[in-house]
Amino acid sequence: MTERTRVPLHRDPKFRALIIQVLALGLVVYGFYSLFQTTVDNLVARGIQTGTSFFDEVAPFQIGFSPFFDYKLGESTYIDVFFVGIQNTILVAVLGIVAATILGFFIGVIRLSPNWLISRGALAYIEIFRNVPLLLQIMFWNFAIFLPSLPAPKNSIELGAFYLNARGFHTPLPVIENSTGFGIWIALLAILCLGLVVFAKRAKARFEETGQQLPVGLISLATIVGGGYILYLIAGSPLIFDEPVLGRFNFKGGGQLPLPLFSLWFALTLYTAAFIAENVRAGIQSVSHGQNEAAHALGLSRKDTVRLVTIPQALRVIIPPTISQYLNLTKNSSLAVAVGYEELVAVWAGITLNQTGQALVIIGMTVAVYECLSLFTSFVLNWYNKRIQLTER
Amino acid sequence: MNDVKTFVPAPDRAPPSSAVGPIAWVRENLFGSIGSSIATLLFFYLFFSYVPPFVEWALINANWTGADRSVCEANTAGACWTFINVRFEQILFGLYFASNPDEIWRPTLIFILFFALLLPLLFEKTPGKKWLVIGMLGVFPVVFYFIVYGGYFGISQSNTTQWGGFLLTFTLAFVGILLALPIGILLALGRRSEMPVIRSICVVYIEFWRGTPLITILFMASVMLPLFFPAGVEFDKVVRAMIGITMFQSAYTAEAVRGGLAAIPKGQAEAAMALGLGYWRRTVFITLPQALKISIPSIVNTFIALFKDTSLVSIIGLLDLLNMAQTASRSMEWKGYDIEAYLFAGFIYWAFCYGMSRYSQNLERKLDTNRRN
Repeated sequence: MTERTRVPLHRDPKFRALIIQVLALGLVVYGFYSLFQTTVDNLVARGIQTGTSFFDEVAPFQIGFSPFFDYKLGESTYIDVFFVGIQNTILVAVLGIVAATILGFFIGVIRLSPNWLISRGALAYIEIFRNVPLLLQIMFWNFAIFLPSLPAPKNSIELGAFYLNARGFHTPLPVIENSTGFGIWIALLAILCLGLVVFAKRAKARFEETGQQLPVGLISLATIVGGGYILYLIAGSPLIFDEPVLGRFNFKGGGQLPLPLFSLWFALTLYTAAFIAENVRAGIQSVSHGQNEAAHALGLSRKDTVRLVTIPQALRVIIPPTISQYLNLTKNSSLAVAVGYEELVAVWAGITLNQTGQALVIIGMTVAVYECLSLFTSFVLNWYNKRIQLTER
Repeated sequence: MNDVKTFVPAPDRAPPSSAVGPIAWVRENLFGSIGSSIATLLFFYLFFSYVPPFVEWALINANWTGADRSVCEANTAGACWTFINVRFEQILFGLYFASNPDEIWRPTLIFILFFALLLPLLFEKTPGKKWLVIGMLGVFPVVFYFIVYGGYFGISQSNTTQWGGFLLTFTLAFVGILLALPIGILLALGRRSEMPVIRSICVVYIEFWRGTPLITILFMASVMLPLFFPAGVEFDKVVRAMIGITMFQSAYTAEAVRGGLAAIPKGQAEAAMALGLGYWRRTVFITLPQALKISIPSIVNTFIALFKDTSLVSIIGLLDLLNMAQTASRSMEWKGYDIEAYLFAGFIYWAFCYGMSRYSQNLERKLDTNRRN
């Protein structure tokens, strides 16, 4: 009897799965092996010595913009170029993320405005900016608008202490003048914040006991701004503002965003904001109407409904796709190569690759940086998704 | 007896003009509150200070005809569309076809054929859609190869290094989606497989390509691909870009299809299993058709992204629509007309992407069976 019902080996699902997997693995390993062999042969045939020894060679080109690194032509090495590239990528990514979040939330909220004109205006913005290639937008702003129409440094557009001209955007920068005073100021500020935390807890306890509410947010803000300024004076004004001053050719001093960075930042912000605005709209609309009605029935004011009912639920839908947009923005910053901003792809996978010819190492390292960023992002996303799932119960 | 009176109600009075009609609409939608009124006024102010001058520049005062820049220099108050007009064939078909007037029928025929196949597909009730899809995905690429690339039937072989303009953008996007679709489907099936090794291979492949910016992949394709193949195997630049784009796109397509597969109730596969269908018959006849149907909107969305991303090949030196327009605006004859070049190229990209996104939204609404409103 058992003889008959036994499944023949080639029809046993477990056995088949095993065979298929072994075959697939073998194929992949063989593919990589033969790729490796051909590459080695090709490199030998072309006389290219692949390795990391070029890291310590002096890089024969200048990098104009390296705010966090003292880059010197004739002294800095190729590996310094790599780190400057990463720093510049992170800089434009952070600037872009901050600006795109603010603009995106603003556009997303006014997209749902009861005012027909305003909501249509927001819709037009979204549909125009997300349906045109980002590269075209970057080039348009840089080459067609900013470069020809911004004035020379002499006639810069003044916005308070900020200056905009064809060389870039110049801002005042706070510089620590008196480091002990600065330390004292930071310490005093920390104590102030601690006090506010205690105050907020007290206020909450009081609210639960008596039902009386205090405008905690407003009081905290006023204390931080006003108290911060008074403490700043007490600590002896430890900061000075390094303001940009017009030199012979361009502004000197202060913070400077060169024009390519400014155009890139501008275009990335407008483009990504359109996507974030759509996420925000979808998030707000995903909160069902019944939630608002229930909050209303409980006697919550309109402000409290938005603050305590709509926003927490909308954020749950908004945040995950917005984090993906942040990753996209960071990856898209690699388009800087078109306008000459010195980020990772431009200086490392572009100039350094042309100078040294070390394609394998350089492209490998570039890809590795972006893979790390992407892994980090999905790690954050998974963590966030787990967290909001827990609060749901 | 005849005096029975029937009650005839007075006819309804018309609603007050403050409740219906355009005035009420304006009052409710534009001046609903103080904030709203301020916003409306601000909007009008911004609108009238920017839009009419732009329309005047772009349409009313613009130069449309002429053969060189002297026309535009005579009238600087308007845009110089003359430049686009003169370079139109280059921007649309690339250098090869624009410089051989006898060959211009080839790309023209291809575009006509493409739209003739595409338009009926967009309508829901077209009969014989199956054949149109087969024509689009199976026959059209072959015709495209013979007509645009040429080399057979007395049609001269075109030089791919001189391909360019919108034709190149179209080709890269079409090849990308055509090759990425089957690879993406296999990857999506692999990612949902119960065999850990297969699943890991697919996950690593998908996440690797999704984590890297396309520009890095294009650099990789243009400098590293020659190293990966034995000496003697040569690819031209266009094929290298196609390989890079296909790798990249297949990862995104896989994720779109996976979304569709995940949405199919498990009962479908279980019922098929109960009927005695094996894995492939179950997949090909039961789950995959349903999954593909609901993942069409996301596939279209990845395609929109790809269509925009093809502009990146201009960084590795291909003369696609963007680069062709830019090159034209930087030539000696037309220096200084960058705005017109970017606006024209931008408008073409926008028209296609917007059309596709509207189509995909429409489809999504139709396929969404448990919609709320």
